[in-house]
Amino acid sequence: MPNIKDKTCIVGIGWTKFGSMKRPLPESQYTLACRAIMAAIDDAGLRPRDIDGIMRFSFDSNDPIRIADSLGLNLRFFGKTMYGGGGGCACVAQAAAAVNAGLATHVVAFRALSQSQEVAFGHFASLFAEKFSERKGVPGPIGWAIPFGLMSPAQGAALTASRHFHLYGTTSDHLANIALAERRHANRNPDAFFYDRPMTRDDYMNSPMISTPLHLYDCCQESDGACAVIVTSTERAKDLKQQPVYIMAAAQAGMWYPNHALILDKIPEIVQDETWQLAEALYGMSGITPSDVDVAEIYDHFTIHVLCALESFGFCKRGEGGPFTEGGRLEWPDGDLPLNTSGGHLSEAYIHGLNLIVDGVRQLRGTAPAQVRDAEIVLCASGNAVPTSGIILRR
Amino acid sequence: MPYLPIPLPLPYPESEGFWEGCRRHELTIQACEDCGAYCHPPSPLCPACRSWKRGWSRVSGRGTVAGFTIVTRAIFPGMPVPYNIVRVELQEQQGLCLLGNLIDCPPETIEIGMPVTVVFEDVEPYITMYYFRRTEPDNSGET
Repeated sequence: MPNIKDKTCIVGIGWTKFGSMKRPLPESQYTLACRAIMAAIDDAGLRPRDIDGIMRFSFDSNDPIRIADSLGLNLRFFGKTMYGGGGGCACVAQAAAAVNAGLATHVVAFRALSQSQEVAFGHFASLFAEKFSERKGVPGPIGWAIPFGLMSPAQGAALTASRHFHLYGTTSDHLANIALAERRHANRNPDAFFYDRPMTRDDYMNSPMISTPLHLYDCCQESDGACAVIVTSTERAKDLKQQPVYIMAAAQAGMWYPNHALILDKIPEIVQDETWQLAEALYGMSGITPSDVDVAEIYDHFTIHVLCALESFGFCKRGEGGPFTEGGRLEWPDGDLPLNTSGGHLSEAYIHGLNLIVDGVRQLRGTAPAQVRDAEIVLCASGNAVPTSGIILRR
Repeated sequence: MPYLPIPLPLPYPESEGFWEGCRRHELTIQACEDCGAYCHPPSPLCPACRSWKRGWSRVSGRGTVAGFTIVTRAIFPGMPVPYNIVRVELQEQQGLCLLGNLIDCPPETIEIGMPVTVVFEDVEPYITMYYFRRTEPDNSGET
């Protein structure tokens, strides 16, 4: 099968300050999007009119043409990916595909969020409360979940966690290993929301229980901020300002059965077929194996989903994700597989996975806040438990 | 924020048969008239064999807890915490699950594998809700 291995590169990255519900950024999503995109254009050494393609997330409220008007982009390719955080790497994948197909030359993929001003994802059901009462009911598939109080993604993740704990003996200590590794990485990253807030195992264990067995620190933040990356052809990348970061593989993956695990999850075993399928596609296209990965940037909406993804990507066997987190394996600088080295969604900011890609690019340029020595290959994975996507990057 | 009523499900064309069953206090799951596979949530065609012949079949209402959580952080003002959410796997088919709440069950006694049975509550003229209650294991030998 023809593929796009090494045919495109990420040549520009940009990001804004990060805020949260408690320390909100005053700027709108629109302004944040413009800032991140402009920063990425500058980083690449391009001019705004060089950008002729744009990729956005399905949940992003920015109209790309408004951004194009403000920045002076010259667009001839527009795309949008599905499934919220599952579609993050898909924005890059489709940018790469568009470049490779000749539909555009320089495509920007962006995500801007202002959860303090717009939607706080943890409370999504409350937003629809009035609508529910007007219509006397919850329409569609979420009507199977919300009437029983499943109103937040954390509660869906908790159902998965309870099952993993039961089947495989996974514990809160295992989940804490993920949260603690990411916090330690954030403590090296001045842009991270939790830069100056170290965390101990006791802090984790004593944090409020949100939905058993998940504590507060198992859950991502609700953030304000924006990130952007620019994709172009490998040929073009050689003429630009930054050291090119090659896209070795890019893929999206659905599920073999209509299934929204965050809400409904019809399958009681934790199979996460979508990540399993994604791993096969990414390893197939890139030709690498799990042991070749130097840094893992894995979407951490909840610690339990990182643990499941570590299994699905073949870093360990199914059910062994818990013990795999032990011994500092996920921690910079000495761990075998440093995870989310900017602090991830748990401790840097929740920019729907795009900040993980930005950090992955920095690792391969040698400019990451927690720089892994001689990092050559980075795996970036988007949200699982929904249709997902991923990319493998190399320097 | 004022106290709000817990949102109720709004039946849609594919799910009408399920809620009609609930109004009769019968747990009724969509079943394929060709291959017999159960399907939930309901689908316009059978995900197992692609047949378009959809039917409804009354099931035992018995199952086991496949996953659960005790919600301790309030998200919605109509749902005082703590409360439980369970994923129940029905005994009729592997992987056939319903979300629900376990009623009359102290949180600390909920465990995976626990046998449960369905119960109904008429909450509005147009909707009868289903919940689950702990039960003894089903030793009848039926599956």
